[in-house]
Amino acid sequence: MIAASVPLQRPPDAKLLVADRSGRVRHMERSTLVGLFEAGDLVIANDAATLPASLVGRHLPSGHVIEARLAGRNSLALDQVKIFSAVLFGAGDFHLRTEDRQLPPQVQAGDRVALGSLHATVASLLDHPRLVALEFDGSPREIWEGLARHGQPIQYSHLPERLAIWDTWTPIAGPPVAFEPPSASFVLDWNALASMRARRVRFATITHAAGISSTGDAELDALLPLDEPYRIPASTATAIGTVRAQGGRIVAIGTTVVRALEHAARVDGIVRAGEGLATQRIGASSELRIVDAIVSGTHERGNSHYELLRAFADDETLGRIDQELNAHAYRTHEFGDSVFLESAHRGSRAVVPRSAAA
Amino acid sequence: MTTTHDSDTSRSPQTRHRARDAFDGTRVAITGGTSGLGLALVRELLGRGATVAFVARTRDAVERVAAEDANSHGVVGDVSRKEDTHPIAMQILGALGGLDVLINGASDLGPTPLALLADTECEDFERALATNVLGPFRLTKALLGSLASSAREGSGAVVLNVSSDAAVSAYSRWGAYGVSKAALHHMSRIWHEEIAAEGIAVLSLDPEDMDTPMHAAAVPDADRSLLKRPEVAAREFADAIAAALPVRAAASELMATEFPG
Repeated sequence: MIAASVPLQRPPDAKLLVADRSGRVRHMERSTLVGLFEAGDLVIANDAATLPASLVGRHLPSGHVIEARLAGRNSLALDQVKIFSAVLFGAGDFHLRTEDRQLPPQVQAGDRVALGSLHATVASLLDHPRLVALEFDGSPREIWEGLARHGQPIQYSHLPERLAIWDTWTPIAGPPVAFEPPSASFVLDWNALASMRARRVRFATITHAAGISSTGDAELDALLPLDEPYRIPASTATAIGTVRAQGGRIVAIGTTVVRALEHAARVDGIVRAGEGLATQRIGASSELRIVDAIVSGTHERGNSHYELLRAFADDETLGRIDQELNAHAYRTHEFGDSVFLESAHRGSRAVVPRSAAA
Repeated sequence: MTTTHDSDTSRSPQTRHRARDAFDGTRVAITGGTSGLGLALVRELLGRGATVAFVARTRDAVERVAAEDANSHGVVGDVSRKEDTHPIAMQILGALGGLDVLINGASDLGPTPLALLADTECEDFERALATNVLGPFRLTKALLGSLASSAREGSGAVVLNVSSDAAVSAYSRWGAYGVSKAALHHMSRIWHEEIAAEGIAVLSLDPEDMDTPMHAAAVPDADRSLLKRPEVAAREFADAIAAALPVRAAASELMATEFPG
């Protein structure tokens, strides 16, 4: 695959690889995506807007320039914006691949950092010398203003131009809680929602604080995905119950939707409204209890997004998909092409009792 | 200066009660919230129980208005600047968590003193269009996902764009303002056609001539006793928004529950 080099969310020539549950593969124009959904299906997207999570400033004890990329948060509660987990980088900008960036200075708990108008303390080191908990000074209002005014969206070295914040918000973006874009939702625009409605395909959203996708450091990347808080609206929980009881498919737009819904259903297979903290990893051995199909970007073998796809299809199918993506020059990364993957296990799971779905 | 709903003697007690409850828990964003009609709307909606985030350009004015009520959240920003759109949206959503009502109240009069179109500087015309048309377009677009989410939850969603009779009538010397308000009015109508199916109502309402700093800038020698109080217009607008929102009881039935464990 080749890296998408233009930050266009819906390029007119975007491609879509479709793999049905028996592993048959075909190619479509992505603009015809909605035609894959059937009356009675429920399409669920992550409506998180993207924070400008990259904060450049100084590590005060050493005086060194650092970039702190906010990477995680334990709750979506409005007043819980004091503490974020963050990955630290040294000097250098996005034109350098993250793996080629200077390392940040060694930091210790208690170190002060200045990031634009924001000031913060390294509250603790997490599981890696570059992964820290940052505690910001000030009120939630001051912290939001500092992030909004000083933060930049996390940049990608495969893009020649700097991303603006509006490049990173999906058309349906709501609460600004994602650290990198829930980029699978780039496929959706308001016209697609209208087309779905006309086809009697239901649409719902969740809000999931999508974390950082990669850091350029193998040890750090092995810790991904970090824990991610999510919120499931009441209307979404109700729609899931109704659609499953009626035999429709639950189609997740993006890996974050799969992670949130499967986490919410982990206890008894029922998705209830409310907030949760997704801590699980999804892989080949995971049972999908809610999601029947996924629309996702094209992912490279080995990363956590690719691992999640192994819950949908066996390695033989995923291997054939990889070959097809390469043979047809699909574009990868945030602004790349897409796949539609139906779970090979759909139909084999237990039917939900009607009473639980009401 | 604050007009509470209790001072309104023109309604039956029952109507008053319903109008007040209509905004309990409602999340409202208002641009141009430190002066004139915008300020009156901030106070009116806070008085009816809404949580309000308001936007204005001047930090001192924002802080002064925010200090009046703990349920208000001030955001410093200029809706005419493209670069301010997302920082404003982010701070509104950071304060409120979501959004049920957006009121695009910030307005630019064009050249002052008012001028014939032939004497209007291009820059003044552009500023009026940026504040009165492009700003509301961009901010509405940035907040549309949140408004649609609120609508899906049964809380309803309303965008109110402040219009003017100058949007319809061709008043001499009101060129930049009138053209921009005409565009805003038409944009509101088209947007309403397109997103009503998402559950979002887009209103375009004319508050009529009010006794505001903007009116004083336009017509310095006006007889202020003949002008409408902005508090009266704010009350009418709040009623119009309440009428476009579903009854709140419907939303409370959908209250979120906690996960087990």
